[in-house]
Amino acid sequence: MTVETLIKPDAAPAASSAAGTAAASNPASLDIQAAATAALSEVLESYEAKVFKNRKKHLIQVDHTLETPQEITANTRTIPGILSHRGCCYAGCKGVVLGPIKDALVITHGPIGCAFYTWGTRRHKASTEEGKLNLVPYSFSTDMRETDIVFGGEKKLFKAIEEGLALFSPQPAAVLICSTCPVGLIGDDIHAVAARAEAQFGVKCIAFSCEGYKGVSQSAGHHIANNQLIRRVIGETDDKPSSRFTVNLLGEYNIGGDGWETERILTRCGIDVLAVMTGNGTVADISRAHTADLNLVQCHRSINYIAEMMQDQYGMDWIKVNFIGTKGVAKSLRAIAAYFDDAELSARVEEVIASEEAEIAEELAYYRERLTGRTAALYVGGSRSHHYQNLLRELGMSTVIAGYEFAHRDDYEGREVMDSIKVDADSKNIEELHLEPVEGKYRLRFSPEKLEELKASIEGLDYYEGMIKEMDNGTLMIDDLNHFETEEFVRALQPDVFFSGIKDKYVLQKGGTLSRQLHSYDYKGPYAGYAGAVNFAHDLLMGLTVPAWQMITPPWKREPLLQGEMLASTGEEE
Amino acid sequence: MLDATPRGEVAERSALTINPCKTCQPVGALYAALGVHGTMPHSHGSQGCVSFHRMFLTRHFKEPAMASTSAFTEGASVFGGGANLKTAVRNIFDLYDPEIIAVHTTCLSETIGDDLHSFLSDIEIPEGKRVIYCSTPSYQGSHITGFSSMAAGFVEHMAQKSDVPSGRLAVIPGFVNPGDMRKIKSYLEEFRINYTLLPDTSGVLDAPMTGEFEMFPKGGTRAADVVRLGDAHFTLALGQWASEAAANALQRKHGVQYATLPLPIGVRATDEFISALSGYSKHPVPASIEEERGQLIDCMLDAHQYLDKRRVAIAGDPDHVLRLTEFCLELGMSPVYVGTGTPGGHFEERVAEVLARFDVDPETVWFKSETDYFEIHQRIIQEPVDLLLGPSLFKQVARAEDIPLVRVGFPILDRYVHPYLPLVGYEGAMRLLRDMADALMDRLDRDCDDKDLEFVM
Repeated sequence: MTVETLIKPDAAPAASSAAGTAAASNPASLDIQAAATAALSEVLESYEAKVFKNRKKHLIQVDHTLETPQEITANTRTIPGILSHRGCCYAGCKGVVLGPIKDALVITHGPIGCAFYTWGTRRHKASTEEGKLNLVPYSFSTDMRETDIVFGGEKKLFKAIEEGLALFSPQPAAVLICSTCPVGLIGDDIHAVAARAEAQFGVKCIAFSCEGYKGVSQSAGHHIANNQLIRRVIGETDDKPSSRFTVNLLGEYNIGGDGWETERILTRCGIDVLAVMTGNGTVADISRAHTADLNLVQCHRSINYIAEMMQDQYGMDWIKVNFIGTKGVAKSLRAIAAYFDDAELSARVEEVIASEEAEIAEELAYYRERLTGRTAALYVGGSRSHHYQNLLRELGMSTVIAGYEFAHRDDYEGREVMDSIKVDADSKNIEELHLEPVEGKYRLRFSPEKLEELKASIEGLDYYEGMIKEMDNGTLMIDDLNHFETEEFVRALQPDVFFSGIKDKYVLQKGGTLSRQLHSYDYKGPYAGYAGAVNFAHDLLMGLTVPAWQMITPPWKREPLLQGEMLASTGEEE
Repeated sequence: MLDATPRGEVAERSALTINPCKTCQPVGALYAALGVHGTMPHSHGSQGCVSFHRMFLTRHFKEPAMASTSAFTEGASVFGGGANLKTAVRNIFDLYDPEIIAVHTTCLSETIGDDLHSFLSDIEIPEGKRVIYCSTPSYQGSHITGFSSMAAGFVEHMAQKSDVPSGRLAVIPGFVNPGDMRKIKSYLEEFRINYTLLPDTSGVLDAPMTGEFEMFPKGGTRAADVVRLGDAHFTLALGQWASEAAANALQRKHGVQYATLPLPIGVRATDEFISALSGYSKHPVPASIEEERGQLIDCMLDAHQYLDKRRVAIAGDPDHVLRLTEFCLELGMSPVYVGTGTPGGHFEERVAEVLARFDVDPETVWFKSETDYFEIHQRIIQEPVDLLLGPSLFKQVARAEDIPLVRVGFPILDRYVHPYLPLVGYEGAMRLLRDMADALMDRLDRDCDDKDLEFVM
């Protein structure tokens, strides 16, 4: 291993990679560009007129040489029958945002399936603390039956809350009720039931009308969850933390322990994490989140509403961070330090970056040497398809396809496009809150002028740049990638690895392409932070080099068996 | 683990299910549909349903589980999903070209009263292709009844009767793994029986690694064979919950007589299956099968002292749970908690029958349908057991109470290879016996004093 293969830790905040530069420096990418162009038109040509018209706006070949930024269509209806990988509103609300809150009794009001499928299947890890409640290992459902559908399920829901509250000690900090498809259709008023239960049992009961059919994907559920958390939980308790630099970690679900690794790094820098939304999180912490100094946003899609609404209500700024990849971590830490503008903190951050990077430099170099030149495809949700491009680049790899399941245009193109996003019938049904400053709790850290100044120097302050700016020219950016497109693009671009979810994992593996799940980390991780970068590189190299790949074709199919020929000829002679 | 579960008295619950021991019908329907060659299972509901179901099946089988959805929006939920289904059918045939689209409903489409029959009669279906459907509202039954409804759906919509008997035995294998289906077929073949297994997920959800992804793998019951089921000679339904509906549909529609047998897990249940095959085929039981049975009994005698009176808690799906209970009794073990989440089918009476066969006082065993893992755990806290038998969902209890778990049934999300290897038949029983004895004996080795650790046991 040579010194040259080491990644030099940047002394200054890394400039966002100049678009197209990486592509130009990689000769192989010229082929990728041509192959992507050809594959794109081939895929679209295969569609019948209506599907063609719809899909063509979701498929972008990145071209930074154009004068006007490219626009993608996103967050629109899934085409029936196309084999999308998207989930539903309930999955986004209960599965993603509320599920990880460990001191809440999260009751799914509906037939059994929805609660069953979101039980222990997402890897949002939660630790049990002495004397405290951890309900993450449990799944609660009203298991609605036909009679409940016919006569209404409100009574059963009320009784379920009563039974749940009677069981646990200490008492759950809140009851969170999530509705499933039939609930909205039969008109069960879960909000009224929640209010009655709250009055009777003295425990905060919050209803989430997150019926699966709402919106066009998980995304609607994120928004619904965000709305209720800001309305009913955040801002409820005011005990301000004593530490100097306190942040909330938003959109960190502690998959595979990512949140713990992130927290470890922040704590080492002297930055205290008050509330995590929502990995390993608690209602108790979330209710005083507004007393922190700054919000950090990891997964932009699922939680940006809260970041924005906390700004409106409490004047809190937020920074879009990325704790995936060492450069992402360093950039994020430096942005936080710059925001707090404290010499001691900045020095500490630099110390931590240097020490953490040094600790893993050799290992990372080992993997980089072995992974350099390989290509990847990323099809995940949230912000992962963006975040991981940075880490892959650090490992010498390039991303040829990147897409999101349930993103909006701002996740692709940056928040500057938000005002120009057309609101369609499906998004109109998801409540948009416009909140006023809360009296006595609204505090601005900086004057508007100073804030503008900071925004110019701190990347990600109250802003997310989106994914496309960091993608290479000629690569594909795809919204709501479906099975047909996956097969076609993989055939054309032959990525060495496809990072995706469980539904297409074995499709890819069967076809001879390594697939690593990037929702669940394939039951490994953490992948965040410094240790995470090494874990990720290790798992990737392991997957690429597992001996079984070499054994797929049996020896007798690779070369004719000499013995077989001899026997055949013996037969003829006889 | 499960630290919040109260360790005191078991509280009765009537409204709140905690840690369910069943899931909803559509996932079973999807699984059954994958067992007919060239079929695209289609979920008529919100897209989240099929996303969950594909996740569940893929995690169990570690194989692609392809299925499509009508992707209801709020509008479709108000105005009906007819237009969505029409679009879906067109797109599926256009892009993926299956022979059959097998539609199942969801709680959403059932609640709004979508009429699939009338929708489908308005949809143009390409020449030589079929769209069949079954009704699987999630607020009825469980994944097991969903499987049974889809198996029956194939019969209802496809089976025809001609003037020419096929001379075939129709076999409905139950909600079992592809490895089980292979074993069932090997028995049928040993008796040289001309059969149709419906559904048959072997070769679909245990397809080999070849370097080529196939949307419709080689396995699965052929459509032509499903069509000919009306001409079958007789039907064997293996397992009351998962299989009887299809056999019944075939009798109702085409007069094919049937018998419902227990899922062939354990000695007696397999004996019954083998005897039925012998009776049907009028072939004596082949020596190879008798040898296999003899090997099992031999092993049971060999290992008996490590299994005798071991207290077992069994959870999962009713057809499985009944037979596991029986096999434990055959081994001289004591099943003390027996539960399923699936409602209906007189589960408790069936368990009582099994207990009676072994002169076990039913008062000494807790057995219940429509239970959940939380309740079973609470019972175990009151009086512990030596072994747990059930799917991966039991592992929290296993850890909380430090009890070994032998994984059986659906889903097994956290271990590999299981779907490939049968639990049915004498061979399957031998595997179960080995796994249970291993689990108990590993504990002995782990927990005994140094002075007591022995090579020979």
